[in-house]
Amino acid sequence: MRKPKVAFFDFACCEGCQLQVANFGEALLDILGLIDVVMFREAMSEKSDEYDIAIVEGSITTPHDVERIKKIRATAKVLIAYGSCATIGGINGMKNNFDLEDIRKYVYKNDAKYFETIPTHPLHQIVKVDYFVHGCPVYQPEFVKVLKAALAGLPYNVPDYSVCVECRFNENVCMYDKGITCLGPVTRAGCNSWCINNGNICYGCRGMLSNPAKDGQMDILKKHNIPLEWVTNKMNMYNKPRELDIDEQKHKG
Amino acid sequence: MSKNIKVNVEYLTRVEGHGNIVVNVKNGKLEECRLDIVESPRFFEGMLRGRSIFEAQHITSRICGICACGHTLASVQAGEDALGVLPSEQTIKLRKFLLHMENMDSHLLHIYLLVAPDLLGVKSFVPLIETHNTVVRRALRMKKVCNDVCDILVGRHVHPISCIVGGFTKLPREKDLDRMLNFLTGLRPDMEATLELAKTLKFPQFNRETEYVGLVNDNGEYPMLSGDLGSTDGLKMSKKDYRKLTNEFVVSHSSAKHTKASRDSYAVGALARFNLNHGKLHPKAKEVAKVLGMKPTVTNPYLNTVAQLIECVHSLEDSIEILQEFKGKGLDYSQEIVVGLNERGTIPVKAGIGIGAVEVPRGILFHEYEIDKQGKIVNANCVIPTGQNCNNIEQDMKALVPQILEKSQEEITLLMEMLVRAYDPCISCSAHFLNVKFVGR
Repeated sequence: MRKPKVAFFDFACCEGCQLQVANFGEALLDILGLIDVVMFREAMSEKSDEYDIAIVEGSITTPHDVERIKKIRATAKVLIAYGSCATIGGINGMKNNFDLEDIRKYVYKNDAKYFETIPTHPLHQIVKVDYFVHGCPVYQPEFVKVLKAALAGLPYNVPDYSVCVECRFNENVCMYDKGITCLGPVTRAGCNSWCINNGNICYGCRGMLSNPAKDGQMDILKKHNIPLEWVTNKMNMYNKPRELDIDEQKHKG
Repeated sequence: MSKNIKVNVEYLTRVEGHGNIVVNVKNGKLEECRLDIVESPRFFEGMLRGRSIFEAQHITSRICGICACGHTLASVQAGEDALGVLPSEQTIKLRKFLLHMENMDSHLLHIYLLVAPDLLGVKSFVPLIETHNTVVRRALRMKKVCNDVCDILVGRHVHPISCIVGGFTKLPREKDLDRMLNFLTGLRPDMEATLELAKTLKFPQFNRETEYVGLVNDNGEYPMLSGDLGSTDGLKMSKKDYRKLTNEFVVSHSSAKHTKASRDSYAVGALARFNLNHGKLHPKAKEVAKVLGMKPTVTNPYLNTVAQLIECVHSLEDSIEILQEFKGKGLDYSQEIVVGLNERGTIPVKAGIGIGAVEVPRGILFHEYEIDKQGKIVNANCVIPTGQNCNNIEQDMKALVPQILEKSQEEITLLMEMLVRAYDPCISCSAHFLNVKFVGR
């Protein structure tokens, strides 16, 4: 059987999720035994316009990006959105907290005109996405699961329960019990509560649950005397572009 | 000579980020020679405004996946400087250790996966899996050691979790120290094999004198995490005056904001550090430098890769010593800090300006934040090593092209690509903060 051709692409991002591939160590060679990587600019000079699976990191932030991702979609049989920037907009989405003209001028002053920019979009707001690998950075064991599913042509369902489920299994003391705001209760699991295991809070990098049990969350905030604003402020670090999802639904409805 | 040469490398590969090389020779005369930065701007400075100083590290780490720990450390240092927080001796030592891991990891990636393919005449490490399997396996194994150690120390290498303003949210336990020591002492044979490989590699011959800039100090330590700013032309100043060193300026023919200090351009990175502070390297690293024939001042930019290898040995040996010291005296776990410092008011917040200056893999990195009395960021500025090297790379290109005009277009292109790659540019970093123009689009 012919090995499927895989190409890596990046848009606005830090390329850290692609680096997670190089971080597999010698296990990378096992993965490379199953696929034929035809393009990976960060690590390879080989180039190809023919590929079966496109693994795309980064957000769509310029008109040029929109055209480029459409071309990639038209070529690839399978498109995997890889990492928070691609799946939910991620850190790039913080730009959407500001007036675009204002932020362009703040950073680039008189040269602002050279920097065409549009609000930050995750890939699925522009093209159809077949698989999502959430996380900033991606959690390697989950990436392997998704890749296996993609190679086998099977669906992969992202966990739609909260980070708290995994956090409890890891026997962490709840951040709310320490008086600290944490986005674990409203964020999709699948990272094995990576940040909380290491003494930090959940910043919501995997995106919001489809049903975040709003009343329950409000009770938690009330119980711990935490203003809602603290939570929304943190949420806007990774999840601001989801507002554009909601806008689109309104248009469709 | 009436030769015409046109080199146009779009999306230079095996570098981090998007850059193009443009060389234009008409009738044997160099007309144009540029390194264009075509990365999508991400507006980090703009996005930071209004965020808490305690969130700065989490956000700026995301500027770059490769130098995430370096950005974290520069950011934390700037934040603490603004707040007037003095980190403990233990915290400083652990941060130095983290920086060693970052440098080693990044250097190894560069030496093996990005540079070696050129020297072995292939397009990437992939063909090497067939022809040089043990080398590829060693490279991936060594890189994984750095990653595994970072997993233990800060949760992960790409976007470290536990290193924040004030210290660490989780400190390594006794068994963690043992595991890290095992990983690192186990790395020594692979490091020696790397040295043997390096002895066989032939680098292009090209020399150009320039100014080398980096951290300097008056003690015996090879400065990475702290120090004053210094140069081989004799500059010396406090990090507070970093803008006087970088003197950023815009030039019409170039896409990125350039810097210069005492002369036309300056270089930062492993070679600059080696040229400035070679006498302070670990004895084993000094030995390696001798074996590889590196004697300061080295003015061949291609040898930055060799300087990186020397630094790898330094980082490995110094890290082992730090760990052994912790094994001996133990860690003070009462210093483990609880996140959410601003919410809990653990660290008093005041208005101020803070600067971080840290030697990250590609050279000296500056972060500067101005915060208001609630600890909210009012202004942010970062000067990235690759941005500082851009001007120097172009000066190198201009000096190199006339020397190699008799070569084929293909050979010239490869030598130019290798030159840019030697600096290990991190273009997505440089574009996030520099003034970038989209040339020819």
